[in-house]
Amino acid sequence: MNALLMTSFEQGLIFSILAMGVFITNKILKIADLSVEGTFPFGAFIFAKFLLMGVSPIVSTLLAFLFGTLAGLMTATFFTKLKIRPILAGILTMNIFYSINLRLNGKSNIPLFNNDLIFDLGPKIAILIGIIIFVKLLMDWFLKTEIGYLLIATGDNESLVKSLGKNSDNFKILGLMLSNGLIAMSGALMAQSQGFVDITMGRSMIVVALASIIIGDTIFSKSEKLKPTTRAIIGAVLYKIIGGIAIDLGLESTDLEAINAIIVVLFLTYNNFFTDILDKFKNKEGKTNVKNN
Amino acid sequence: MLKITNLDKTFNKGTDNEIQVFKNFNLEVKRNTCLAIIGSNGCGKSTLLNMIGGNLSSDSGSIKISGVEVSNMSEEKRSKYLGRVYQDPSMGVSPSLSILENMSLADKKGGSFSLRKLINKNHLEKYRELLKDLDLGLENIMDTKVKFLSGGQRQSLSLVMSAMKHPDLLLLDEHTAALDPKTSAVVMGKTEELIDKFQMTTMMISHNMRDAIEFSDRIIMLDKGEIVLDTRSQDITEEELHNIYRDKIKESVA
Repeated sequence: MNALLMTSFEQGLIFSILAMGVFITNKILKIADLSVEGTFPFGAFIFAKFLLMGVSPIVSTLLAFLFGTLAGLMTATFFTKLKIRPILAGILTMNIFYSINLRLNGKSNIPLFNNDLIFDLGPKIAILIGIIIFVKLLMDWFLKTEIGYLLIATGDNESLVKSLGKNSDNFKILGLMLSNGLIAMSGALMAQSQGFVDITMGRSMIVVALASIIIGDTIFSKSEKLKPTTRAIIGAVLYKIIGGIAIDLGLESTDLEAINAIIVVLFLTYNNFFTDILDKFKNKEGKTNVKNN
Repeated sequence: MLKITNLDKTFNKGTDNEIQVFKNFNLEVKRNTCLAIIGSNGCGKSTLLNMIGGNLSSDSGSIKISGVEVSNMSEEKRSKYLGRVYQDPSMGVSPSLSILENMSLADKKGGSFSLRKLINKNHLEKYRELLKDLDLGLENIMDTKVKFLSGGQRQSLSLVMSAMKHPDLLLLDEHTAALDPKTSAVVMGKTEELIDKFQMTTMMISHNMRDAIEFSDRIIMLDKGEIVLDTRSQDITEEELHNIYRDKIKESVA
């Protein structure tokens, strides 16, 4: 694997945590949370803040998760308590966190090259895979618990959750907190991977996350057994590798944003049109068979 | 069992579209009664069920279930006294979860939810027995996601889920209206069996006069938020009920 594809693979692994976070809001709760572009860099800035205060990189990464949950709590409060529509609630949080991120360290770019980072503890790829397996197993376990199922039921049918005697708003709050915690943690890992924190690092993150989920779901649309977390991880890695190949084939890195968007368009087009056409073709064949019988 | 006193409800208060649905409405339903509510569209049937169920608040008045005042309780708090099956077959279930997962959730109703695993293999036989009574073969496909079930299967599952914790009051909100006549008859039959089995007090909205007479003990007809007929089901024929319904609608339109 050449260096570019290796970097794409690493970034894909980091973004898979982001994708698993967005999966909670987008697929489980069916809420479009756009605060991602504020909370992803927030995780990085929080990480830098604690790291520069002398806190260890592991604890700083965990703190990024913890503070990320608070960002999710903000969106959830706007949404459930102040009755602001989720899409607007997310945009408002994103804007608030743009300013918070700049305030946190007093500057928009912080180099981390001279500090101990989580990837100094061993081979980068092994550490990343370890973290991702840990997060994935934790999420898989959580979604099988009583509370996890209530989270799924909240996104499916709030009336059912209320009929069980539970306030569905509480599970929206929980989901948004967990989601943004993971997103912020992904931001903290990205900061450590690239060696700096930058205010622009949240740009297009919602596209990256949604693309990862869409790619995972498209490729494995027939595999009911495959866990959604696994799909999100594979989707994120494939998404970054496809982008990496495009650059490897000679496209400029400045074209990356367009390439990313085009990848999403292609997969969505495939989902919206070609699966229908394939299904129709299969149905036609099926009908013919019935007639022949 | 259920006692509604001086219930008021007005929609769009203070606007040109103000509609008073209920004024000083009173109703008492005895334990173990199956009450059918009939009436034309807009007569207040669903509004009444929504106010009892708690997804709509009343303006004033009292709603007591088993002696407990519930009118100021949130929907989720009063759910411990209630089971409810909606007209839309997907309203009472979680479509992306399996039959087993839905049953396990319903089994936890009113209890505390924790980080324990939801699926308890020890309860499998209990769920199987409950589903077996439906006679739809659902007990053999417990791992199937509910979104793949037919409307009738979903509605039957929803019925079992609502009834399995033996609620004080079961609300059936035109729960067979979205089904074809054959499936509707099957679901009504299963409904009757479950009501008898768990001895539940039931309020059932229906547009089907025959169902109202056949499955209920008492029928009330609502018109403009008032009870215009209150009779024992055995004291009235389907034809008489139709005639009264037609006359009342005529009066209402005139």
